[in-house]
Amino acid sequence: MADRWSLFRRSIVTGTLIEIETLAKDYYRGKVVIPVLSDISLQIEQGDFLALMGPSGSGKTTLLNLIGGLDTPTLGSISVGGERIDKLGQGQLATWRSRNVGFVFQFYNLLPVLSAEKNVELPLLLTNLSRRERKKRALAALAVVGLQDRASHRPTELSGGQEQRVAIARAIVSDPGLLVCDEPTGDLDRTTADEILELLQLLNRDYGKTIVMVTHDPKAADHANHCLYLDKGSLTGSQAL
Amino acid sequence: MKYLGLIWAALYRKPLRSLLTLASIFVAFLLFGMLQSVSVAFSQGIDFSGVDRLIVAPKYSIIDPLPEKHVFAVQAVSGVERVAHRSWFGGVYQDSSQFFPRWPVPVESFLAIYPEYLLSDTEKQAFINTRTGAVLGRPLAEAYNLKLGDKIPLIADIWPNKDNVGWEFDLVGIYDVADSSVDSEQMFINFEFFDEYRQWGQGTVGTIVVKINDPDQSAAIAAEIDRLFANSPAETKTTTEKAYNQMFAKQVGDIGLIMTGILSAVFFTILLLTGNTMAQAIRERIPELAILKTIGFSNMSVLMIVLSESLLIVLVGSLPGLLLAGFLLEGLRESVSLFNGVELSGLILAQGLGLACLMAFVVGLPPALRAMRLNIVDALGDHL
Repeated sequence: MADRWSLFRRSIVTGTLIEIETLAKDYYRGKVVIPVLSDISLQIEQGDFLALMGPSGSGKTTLLNLIGGLDTPTLGSISVGGERIDKLGQGQLATWRSRNVGFVFQFYNLLPVLSAEKNVELPLLLTNLSRRERKKRALAALAVVGLQDRASHRPTELSGGQEQRVAIARAIVSDPGLLVCDEPTGDLDRTTADEILELLQLLNRDYGKTIVMVTHDPKAADHANHCLYLDKGSLTGSQAL
Repeated sequence: MKYLGLIWAALYRKPLRSLLTLASIFVAFLLFGMLQSVSVAFSQGIDFSGVDRLIVAPKYSIIDPLPEKHVFAVQAVSGVERVAHRSWFGGVYQDSSQFFPRWPVPVESFLAIYPEYLLSDTEKQAFINTRTGAVLGRPLAEAYNLKLGDKIPLIADIWPNKDNVGWEFDLVGIYDVADSSVDSEQMFINFEFFDEYRQWGQGTVGTIVVKINDPDQSAAIAAEIDRLFANSPAETKTTTEKAYNQMFAKQVGDIGLIMTGILSAVFFTILLLTGNTMAQAIRERIPELAILKTIGFSNMSVLMIVLSESLLIVLVGSLPGLLLAGFLLEGLRESVSLFNGVELSGLILAQGLGLACLMAFVVGLPPALRAMRLNIVDALGDHL
């Protein structure tokens, strides 16, 4: 078991991982421009666990999408690990995401027709790993989240908390340095939510993952190291926890 | 190849829907395999190889009579072993819905050429010696509860007799057949009596049946027979039994055109059905496809995955359909003489698979393009 766990254990590296400068994002509804983010500048350190908080519509998810390379900014720059991802095309961004980012969503977004193991294995299909190696890594990731005995179960056979654990295993299976989590506990009860947050803390603390998490829940934010507040598309404050 | 599990899993998403779609594709390609094989068999040239029986028919229409003297001329052709003939009697037994072919034949020579009609020696002699004699296949005799010695009255339609009354024949034999490909639902009548008693057309026959000595000479003998009657008032077209049967069936119409019409209707319907199913399946899976893109699948990968799903479902449905068509045709060949030579060739199988690929592409491309163009943020919008 120790060997499996060690697959995802990385030495803690310090320094800036994410650097955002004068970032702005506008959406267009027909000819109407809707500014969602404006003049955002921030740095996120390697190994940090950052919570993004703010009211609905404040731009938290949009900022998270930009950091995760799911969207591109209207203005400004985003560097992750020294790479300007705002300059990448769609294809390059897809490749970059597959190598550098793990995603965790509120509604898990697992493929219902695949077993937990096959769901976790999905990101590895983009690598040149052998089938055997992919299976080994998928099972190791499931072991990290404590679900090695549920590998053959389909999402419909799992509880919400277990589904989210599988989603987290999927996010870490290709060993990305950065995890972006959008309301990862928004659909869970308090006890299960705490278990998930402790798991994220473990991944941050013991596995060196940098985590950026959007949440409405102050108790969830308590598990982070830092908290940034957004309102109406601008950063309004920060707090060390 | 490593995406195969992901692609295959799509079939299990809605098992009933997949099953119904597969069933419709299966039936479409079963029909394709069978109808296309029939169409090809009916449109190909005459193959004389290994044939030891030929049919001499009127050149221009099968309803034209041939002079009986042609029979003697054909007998004289080098390489011809024996000659017989048969004519279409038509007629009505009980009512017109109870149809089976009735053929006046010269008994002795006809039975010698067709040893596959099995009669006892007693029945054979009775058929030869009874002017009003007739023989029936066993299934017909059983169906109409007829036994030896019974009278078989027939109402004339083409051939009224000299007394202008109904024909009446004596059942003197009930034949069995040597194998299931021989037609056992026919009635044979003594030609001599028929020819003397009919009102008109004496000295004419329908087609001439020729047994030849050397099957390797069949094409040359056929050509020689036709040359013999070239430029005469009753020119002939000599062919194989198989080709003649097909020619007979072609009287219904242009078989190829009929088959193409049926297949076009079937495939148009299947195209709409499968296209709609694919589009619906992809619509339901937009969040999942967005997740694939989120974790790094490229636009092209997503396009190929959806197209592959389409290909998989069409191939899983079509291949068994085509193979079953092959098995059914094999069975039909053994039991129905008209299907003699109708087979699912490698070319038709390849055409079927090509058609399946084309169908997969046509029905899969629109949803695949939609999946490819999917904007992750918009697609996940409801779930983020």
